[in-house]
Amino acid sequence: MTGRFSILLALPVLAVLGQLLPGLSAPAVAQTPAVPATPPLTECDAPGHHTEIAFPLAQTTKAIAAKKLSVLVLGAGSSQLPGAAGAKSAYPGRLQAALAAKLPGVEVTVATDIKPARTAADMVKTMRQSLADSKPSLMIWQTATYDAMQSVDADQFNQALAKGIKIARSVGSDVIFLNPQYSPRTESMIALTSYLESMRWVAMQHEVPLFDRFNLMKAWSDLGTFDLYSATKKVDMAERVHNCLGRLLADLVLESSKAPSSATESGDKPAQ
Amino acid sequence: MIAPLPTERDLRLDLFRGLALWLIFLDHIPSNLVSWVTIRNYGFSDATEIFVFISGYTAAFVYGRAMQITGFIVATARVLKRAWQIYVAHVFLFAIYLAEISYISHSFENPLYSEEMGVLNFIQNPDVTIIQALLLKFKPVNMDVLPLYIVLLLWFAPILWLLLRSPTLGLLISVAIYTTSWMFDINLPAYPSGDWAFNPFAWQLLFVFGAWCALGGAKRLGRWIKSKVVIGLAFAYLAFCFSIAMSWYFPALGAYVPEFISGSIYPIDKTNLDVLRMLHFLSLAVITVWLVPQDWPALKSPIFWPAIVCGRHSLEIFCLGVFLSFAGHFVFTEVSNRVFMHVLVSAAGIAIMVGAGALISWYRRVERQGPGPRPPVKPGLAGSEV
Repeated sequence: MTGRFSILLALPVLAVLGQLLPGLSAPAVAQTPAVPATPPLTECDAPGHHTEIAFPLAQTTKAIAAKKLSVLVLGAGSSQLPGAAGAKSAYPGRLQAALAAKLPGVEVTVATDIKPARTAADMVKTMRQSLADSKPSLMIWQTATYDAMQSVDADQFNQALAKGIKIARSVGSDVIFLNPQYSPRTESMIALTSYLESMRWVAMQHEVPLFDRFNLMKAWSDLGTFDLYSATKKVDMAERVHNCLGRLLADLVLESSKAPSSATESGDKPAQ
Repeated sequence: MIAPLPTERDLRLDLFRGLALWLIFLDHIPSNLVSWVTIRNYGFSDATEIFVFISGYTAAFVYGRAMQITGFIVATARVLKRAWQIYVAHVFLFAIYLAEISYISHSFENPLYSEEMGVLNFIQNPDVTIIQALLLKFKPVNMDVLPLYIVLLLWFAPILWLLLRSPTLGLLISVAIYTTSWMFDINLPAYPSGDWAFNPFAWQLLFVFGAWCALGGAKRLGRWIKSKVVIGLAFAYLAFCFSIAMSWYFPALGAYVPEFISGSIYPIDKTNLDVLRMLHFLSLAVITVWLVPQDWPALKSPIFWPAIVCGRHSLEIFCLGVFLSFAGHFVFTEVSNRVFMHVLVSAAGIAIMVGAGALISWYRRVERQGPGPRPPVKPGLAGSEV
């Protein structure tokens, strides 16, 4: 009998190992996108955290080669900041600045279609028009928060995501998903988990890169980078958060649109 | 015709239901770092399966005896009374939830979260929200289990009647309902949109299976679940689930999951009690029954007493756990969210649950022994918890 129970005792040990493993295994397996040589560690970095899924972006690669990159950010309330400077300091504005800095000689424009309180299905309805207006090579689609608040049916949510990808691709635009914010204070009110999983799943299925804003912000919160619990009317922390989001989003865009020769391995799908 | 029911309460039921209640509490505190110890992180199923199965088992155990002794009508009345108690408990928890939300909505402001704060708007139209909550259509996060339990009990009397006469037919009907709900996508509607997070037409299978086991099914399965082959299969499946679960945390491992597997298992549907989750629970159950025999002396030792005393009063302790998880989140938000606080809140919560369980046990004992006009209650009837 005691022999059997030693199996039970082994379980907590395994659990502890499971916690330690990320630190042990991440560098050894080397399947995270390789970091460029000697990057300066800034407050935006969350080392050791997998915060994105990368897939190649063909249209974006072409657009960069042609020195003219046009991006559309389609989103809801968490893609904007209040105030007169809001448009510039929110992540779409910071993305434009970061892309322009990292792509010298390329004309970068970032258009936005942002209105609060919209579900994925709501955005799909107006998507064709927005795409026709800005004719982007890349559409960054921020969604799922309002779906979770409205507890939209999981199947309908998945279908809306798939439909949106189809529409964007049919007019020659790549897609990147951007998932909800980590918002610790409203966690007991908004059930995000199943929507995060759905988004990840649809992204994998359709080979769409995912910018995992949720886990990135969670990592920031755990590391103490930003105090996301704080109740403040001031906009300075929100601006710093959006600045980091814009910069890391630019990194993902560049990572996903690298020419094949310099592509790095990403998971089971080598970039092509 | 009618199978004789066992008379002694199986302590393992209380033990594992108590443990499940602790795990549910830990999982329900948002962002709780301690919740990495819970089983949902190492496989497909979680503590909800354990809770629903054992609840079905004990419901059949208690109301099955009642039905044999007092007849169908009286037993049905008792089941419905229990459903009513759970409804009252749910509404009580909703009131506490409203209080927390109302407080937070007045103190919370952050331009980063203007969109998320919109969720607090529902307080501004209580005419709709509260009515939808009373209709069990509007269910705040983590308040889905009790409404499921209510619906399961509402139709439990007829299925119990059937299970007592023809266990196989009862179980077959349950499987048929499960299959139908999958084929035709049947679920109850929720507010403001969508469906119930726990589809009662799917989850009833686990509840009825628990009841079936209690009414002699476990004995019939006895030889099967103790065979080396079945135990081996259970271990193999758990190992499979464990390796898949690891690929969620270490995306690098995902590369080793063959595409035909990842292509066929996802999404693992919690709402409709995915077959993969059910199998994971059954594997856990087979191994648990093999590891922990019913007459294992240690079940009566003080080590397991804290969990057993919680499992024995499951409704009270479950509600307390939901309340404590609200309170725990509130502490993280208003006081501190350091690692130390996560450990402290988790440990204190479990200690409070154990204390409450012990208090209820003590009170029941005193009430039963004390002098008074009430006649002594037969053990296994009113004295038992479901």
